[in-house]
Amino acid sequence: MTTPLTTSTSPSRELIAFRIADQEFCVDIMQVREIRGWTTATPLPRTPAYMKGVINLRGAVLPIVDLGARLGLTTAEPSARHVIMVVNQGHRTLGLLVEAVSDIINVTEDMVQPTPDVACDQVKTFVKGLFAIDGRMVSLISLDRVLPEIEAEAA
Amino acid sequence: MDPFESIKQTFFQECDELLTDAEQGLLAMELGEADDETINAVFRAVHSVKGGAGAFGLEDLIRFAHVFETVMDEIRSGKMELTDEVAKTLLRAFDVLADHVAAARDGGKVEEGRSQGAYSELRGLIGGEDEEDDAMGGGDEDFGFVPLTLSIEGDEAPGGFIDLDAQNAEAGVELPVADAAPEEALSSWTIEFSPKSEMYAKANEAGLVLRELARLGETRVTLIDEALPPLDQLAAEQAYVSWRIQLFTDSDEASIREVFEFVEDDCNLTITCDGADPAAAAPAAADDGLSEDDRAAAASASADLDITALLARVGGGDAAPAEPEALPEIVAEAPVEPAAPAEDVAALIARAQSVEAPPAPPALKAAAPAPAPAAPPATAPAAAAANAAPAAAASVTIRVDLDRVDRLINAVGELVIQQAMLSQRVLESGLARSSNVALGLEDLELLTREIQDSVMAIRAQPVKSVFQRMPRLAREVADMTGKRVKLVMEGEGTEVDKTVIERLADPITHMLRNAIDHGLEDPEGRAAAGKPAEGLVRLRALHRGGRIVIELQDDGRGINRPRVRGIAVAKGLITEDQVLSDEEIDNLIFLPGFSTAEVISDISGRGVGMDVVRRSIQGLGGRISISSEPGKGSKFTMSLPLTLAVLDGMVVTAAEQTLVAPLSAIVESLTPRTEDVHYIGGKDAVIRIRDIFVPLIDVGVALGFRETAIDPASGVAVLVESEGGGKAALLVEAIQGQRQVVIKSLEANYQQIDGVAAATILGDGRVALILDVDALVTTQRRKPAARPSEKRMAS
Repeated sequence: MTTPLTTSTSPSRELIAFRIADQEFCVDIMQVREIRGWTTATPLPRTPAYMKGVINLRGAVLPIVDLGARLGLTTAEPSARHVIMVVNQGHRTLGLLVEAVSDIINVTEDMVQPTPDVACDQVKTFVKGLFAIDGRMVSLISLDRVLPEIEAEAA
Repeated sequence: MDPFESIKQTFFQECDELLTDAEQGLLAMELGEADDETINAVFRAVHSVKGGAGAFGLEDLIRFAHVFETVMDEIRSGKMELTDEVAKTLLRAFDVLADHVAAARDGGKVEEGRSQGAYSELRGLIGGEDEEDDAMGGGDEDFGFVPLTLSIEGDEAPGGFIDLDAQNAEAGVELPVADAAPEEALSSWTIEFSPKSEMYAKANEAGLVLRELARLGETRVTLIDEALPPLDQLAAEQAYVSWRIQLFTDSDEASIREVFEFVEDDCNLTITCDGADPAAAAPAAADDGLSEDDRAAAASASADLDITALLARVGGGDAAPAEPEALPEIVAEAPVEPAAPAEDVAALIARAQSVEAPPAPPALKAAAPAPAPAAPPATAPAAAAANAAPAAAASVTIRVDLDRVDRLINAVGELVIQQAMLSQRVLESGLARSSNVALGLEDLELLTREIQDSVMAIRAQPVKSVFQRMPRLAREVADMTGKRVKLVMEGEGTEVDKTVIERLADPITHMLRNAIDHGLEDPEGRAAAGKPAEGLVRLRALHRGGRIVIELQDDGRGINRPRVRGIAVAKGLITEDQVLSDEEIDNLIFLPGFSTAEVISDISGRGVGMDVVRRSIQGLGGRISISSEPGKGSKFTMSLPLTLAVLDGMVVTAAEQTLVAPLSAIVESLTPRTEDVHYIGGKDAVIRIRDIFVPLIDVGVALGFRETAIDPASGVAVLVESEGGGKAALLVEAIQGQRQVVIKSLEANYQQIDGVAAATILGDGRVALILDVDALVTTQRRKPAARPSEKRMAS
């Protein structure tokens, strides 16, 4: 974890950046409850491939989504190097399996660029916008869009 | 929260309980099973509702409760006969009363016509009692109510007001009876009655006893307050005052003693006969602690008035008998300074008395309301003190915020997991079973279990709280549909965890509506079918194998299978040529989007279908099934876990996963022999267990963890019985052991999964899935028909 990169005085928000398949993504830090190491998940029957199963988070049953698989990038074979970002989405708590958490970045709203048209549908569904930071590109993940799928299935 | 609001809320909570009591009493009355106590209980309940309503100025409610109460009073005093018609009227009126309470709580308004209709009906019942009626109800309502306000105000500290209030009302209502007693052949009795504090601790009321005495004949009651300490030394739970009663009656000593039956052991009581001359009694009233005015009242007014005065005082002060202490001097000064500040309880009561005494001669009606304007401020603190004693005796239960209990339950759940974890570690460490550590752990396990049971018991409640809403619903639906229904309920005492109870109400409500609306025929239809005009609906709760089973049975027309089938085909739920058993057809009504109602009626068409009912029951880890016989009726059976918190499970291994099967579903386990396993068609295996063939379900395959089944001989078959009665053998690789597990919801963060009831956390900290045995069995058994229903909307 590093210190914020920018010191802008305009209204800014903090994001947590993480890596999947050499790409950088980020989510709003307010949605992240904790970050923890990978523990073996109990698989759930008849669930999509990106559902890694459930783990025990201090007594609560926490479903784990392989975000890489969800975004159609990679299917991770989780190892001790992977991390789980525990995020809140609505009234649910979910674990996102990512390769590594890389940064905490401080951005202002005007830095957000719309997702370019080139992106495939799947990415466009989950990527709310892009940031250019130090020559890197970071995609802002919309949890609301990553997870509604689950919401819909549950309905 | 605003303290007033919170008192109000308490009142409405009490109302719920009171209405429940009242409804049960009324139902008993309708069945002709009501004894005096039941009738009294209904009266008290209605009365208390009215009393509380008075405190909050809920005019509509007061008005209605009052006339209701008056009718009840007529009944309990034997002036009105409790006919079937009366009972039915009361039940109808009760619904309106409940509406009034709801309206008062939620700020709504009761439908005018409905309320007025019920009101008139009640008034009609008491039509003959003009004088009383006028005094107590109708236009003169306020007049009749004034004395009541006195105690109601006292209830700012909730608890005791009800009885005080009742007794005042009683005093007003009952006294004429005493008055009417024959004047000849009376003998005079002197009764010395000194209650001990125990009497108040048992929530007995001196006032009630005096009132009973007044029923026997004319009384002159003298309050003896010699033992009364100064106000600042007054102990709320002590008894200081006693009474000397002169009674002129034709009753014998035995009947007088009978009045004291309940308090006999807790008071000093002497009863002496003074002979037969009523006149001899007069001087007795002279040497007491009462004021001039009171004496004047006692001498000049009829005895009942005196009692009224006394009761009014007793009402506020039987455990805080401060008032007489200061009487003599205060009475003198009160008229001079009528606006005396309220600091002195005694002063105010004295004022009440001085106001009340002068109009003595006129009559009861004038005297009764008089104390009210002055008395309320006085009785408020007095009643608070008075409450202390009865409250102490009555508090065998406490109200606890459910959140707190839930926290406790969660903590115990963690304790159970932790204990299991410890046990497992110890086992792994290779310690001998007889080692001290292992033995200590065993004790811990027993203790944990006990704590858990006790904690669960806190939340266990009889299903009564849900059932009791049903009679009203049945009446309403019956009214709306023009059908006649008799609802019989059984097993209301069956206890279930609160979390389950809360969620039972909706499914039961819906099924009951359905049973009456769709199940029962109208009276003509029933007559044509040779059935009694009144339909019978039976609602039953019972424990069966660690679950609660709720049955709802009607004796109506049963499910019209050809029609159900037709609709299912029309809606594309099944294909035209699909062959279904009767049972399968019945179960079609649980499919989403299915409705047999040709016209969506008011009752059933509330946007809830049986599929929603089924889903809500499944959400509870329950099952619903239906059995129906054309022309004879249908029976819905719901089976639910007793608690949503723990279950006894068998831990098994399947497809390298650790799974838990609910112990309640398991019949036995066995090692399959190859020759007992047979295949039907392609790969549907059955196993023969003592000459019965049951499906053999490979759990790993059924849950989609692997493609092909293992060799049955290499695993263990667990014979299970589903709620629907179907049996199956679940094939797993190994059985690890039996364990109590804490149920964790999958839905909280994810969603329901077919074949999985919930999850739990095992001793090693990992999540294990709890099998939904019924789903596994039924999916297997009804593969073709079940398909459409198994489809999820989004998949």
